[in-house]
Amino acid sequence: MTDTTAPIAAPPRAEGQADTDQPRSRQQPPPTEKIAVLRWMKENLFASPGNTLLTIILGAALIYWVPAFIKWGFIDAIWYTPDPEVCRQSDGACWAVVAEKHRPMLFGLYPYEEHWRLVVALAVYLGSFTITLIRRFWHWQILVPLWTVAIAVISTMLWGGVFGLTFVETSQWGGLPLTMVLFSGTVVLGFPIAILLALGRRSHLPLIKATSVTIIESLRGVPLITILFVAVNVFPLALPDGLEFDKLVRVMVGMAIFFACYQAEVIRGGLQAIPRGQYEAAESLGLSYWQMTTRIILPQALRIALPGIMNHIIAALKNTSFVLIIGLFDILTATTAVMQDPLWRRWFVEAYLFVAAVYFFFCYVLSKYSQQVERWLSEGRRF
Amino acid sequence: MPGARKTRKKNETGETIITLEGVSKWFGDFQALRDINLTVDKGERVVVCGPSGSGKSTMIRCINRLENHQRGRIVVDGIELTDNLKNIEAVRREVGMVFQSFNLFPHMRVIDNLALAPMLVRQMPKKDAEEMALGYLRRVQIEEQAYKYPGQLSGGQQQRVAIARSLCMQPRIMLFDEPTSALDPEMIKEVLDVMVELAEDGMTMVVVTHEMGFARTVANRVIFMDDAEIVEIAPPETFFSKPKSDRTKLFLSQILTH
Repeated sequence: MTDTTAPIAAPPRAEGQADTDQPRSRQQPPPTEKIAVLRWMKENLFASPGNTLLTIILGAALIYWVPAFIKWGFIDAIWYTPDPEVCRQSDGACWAVVAEKHRPMLFGLYPYEEHWRLVVALAVYLGSFTITLIRRFWHWQILVPLWTVAIAVISTMLWGGVFGLTFVETSQWGGLPLTMVLFSGTVVLGFPIAILLALGRRSHLPLIKATSVTIIESLRGVPLITILFVAVNVFPLALPDGLEFDKLVRVMVGMAIFFACYQAEVIRGGLQAIPRGQYEAAESLGLSYWQMTTRIILPQALRIALPGIMNHIIAALKNTSFVLIIGLFDILTATTAVMQDPLWRRWFVEAYLFVAAVYFFFCYVLSKYSQQVERWLSEGRRF
Repeated sequence: MPGARKTRKKNETGETIITLEGVSKWFGDFQALRDINLTVDKGERVVVCGPSGSGKSTMIRCINRLENHQRGRIVVDGIELTDNLKNIEAVRREVGMVFQSFNLFPHMRVIDNLALAPMLVRQMPKKDAEEMALGYLRRVQIEEQAYKYPGQLSGGQQQRVAIARSLCMQPRIMLFDEPTSALDPEMIKEVLDVMVELAEDGMTMVVVTHEMGFARTVANRVIFMDDAEIVEIAPPETFFSKPKSDRTKLFLSQILTH
């Protein structure tokens, strides 16, 4: 059955057999799809009686609402005026309220004349964030220096107290920069904890496993508001006299741990999807536990769990609005506070729509990005 | 492990490299191995066959401690397998394993699959590791697939990559756990050819397989296992023509008749 004189003779047929990128002779082209608009509509809008009914109802609703919204939001809208009386005369939206109030909405209680510092901080943050999302820059040599500088600049801008900048306490931070700091802090602190908890829960060592299970299950069973309340009001009582942590730090750690407990379970789902053979192959090659975990298991598990992971990251962004209950003014709370102004109060809908648009923008970017990452990670792979 | 090395002259092949003495193993209440005694000499090729569930895979998986044995001793290249992690790691560095389902790392290109362990475990510089990887890929005749992902290769190609990956750790012993069982028939030969070449180079091999043609041409000894124990050990000529045990005869009649 074997020709023992020849070197390992791979039959010529084997090569290219599984190659999808090689042209094949004798292949017929697939039938051309002639998708006429009518056929598309029949298949997608009027495929069944139920489908047709739904199409008619939704179509009617769209015809009723969309023009009205366009008329209110665009045609009749007042885009800019410093005078609320002008808005009062109009039937349309008063976007002027956003122009008038954008600074306290975006920047909260932060001293008015120092707002430029927040603009710099936000610009640096969004710039670094954008660079980080681009795959070409995924090298430690780029990202580590980038974020070291970015965090230094952002902290200097927010806190001040050096280079002649006035010192601003964290309790005065607010608006979008506060949302950004809370969100990034939560994810950056929480993600490594999530990975450790997920690995710990699957550990063979009873003590580590029990600790992970206890942390995850007890904190998942508590509302985020309770955790924040404990972090802000109860935790300081448990500390020895003289030892104090900034309220913002306590809140961030609370949010990070809460985030980590949920994220850990998502990651564990990914870990469970990895076939046992992957562990065995890594072990039989002599890899240590951490080499196997970081190089073989986690890259695959995180990829599988990516949709769920992104879900919780987006939730973490929106959870930052919970800080209102402990007296910090994130963008949503700041807007609520600003809209107490009796002159402009009646146009709160426009103000909240603006905040909604800000949230939507960031969440949409994140979810689009996660789809892109999924595509990158599945390149050249079928499994 | 000085002192633990045990040398024993046997036939003309030289020293013993794997010793199993009275090895038993249970999965829960189910006994998977019963009092297994086996020695394999350096450079020897041993084929293990037997019905499914007979314990053949469990036995070779004990040799690199993917399974732990509960009774008896296993000594590999002078190192006894105990709960001592150092010993386990030392044995795994000496022993390569090829699996039925290939178990390539799907998120890495072929060349990274090969170069990873030498870099991490043997601290080999990346350039050297990749050069060596390409060398082994050339040996198994798929150098041109080096920069693809495993999912883009056929089963036979994947299994040859898996063999090359094990060889990159320069093992002294290779274990094969039904390496051709998951392959389409037309791909079996390309994998067996690689294994034959490896045997000719003098590699110590323990192969669980149903490829009796391979056993006949390559094996020094064929082991028949049934019901958690070794029933018969014989050179292939004797094993196929004059099997002693009735169970062996039954098994051979079942797999050779069609």
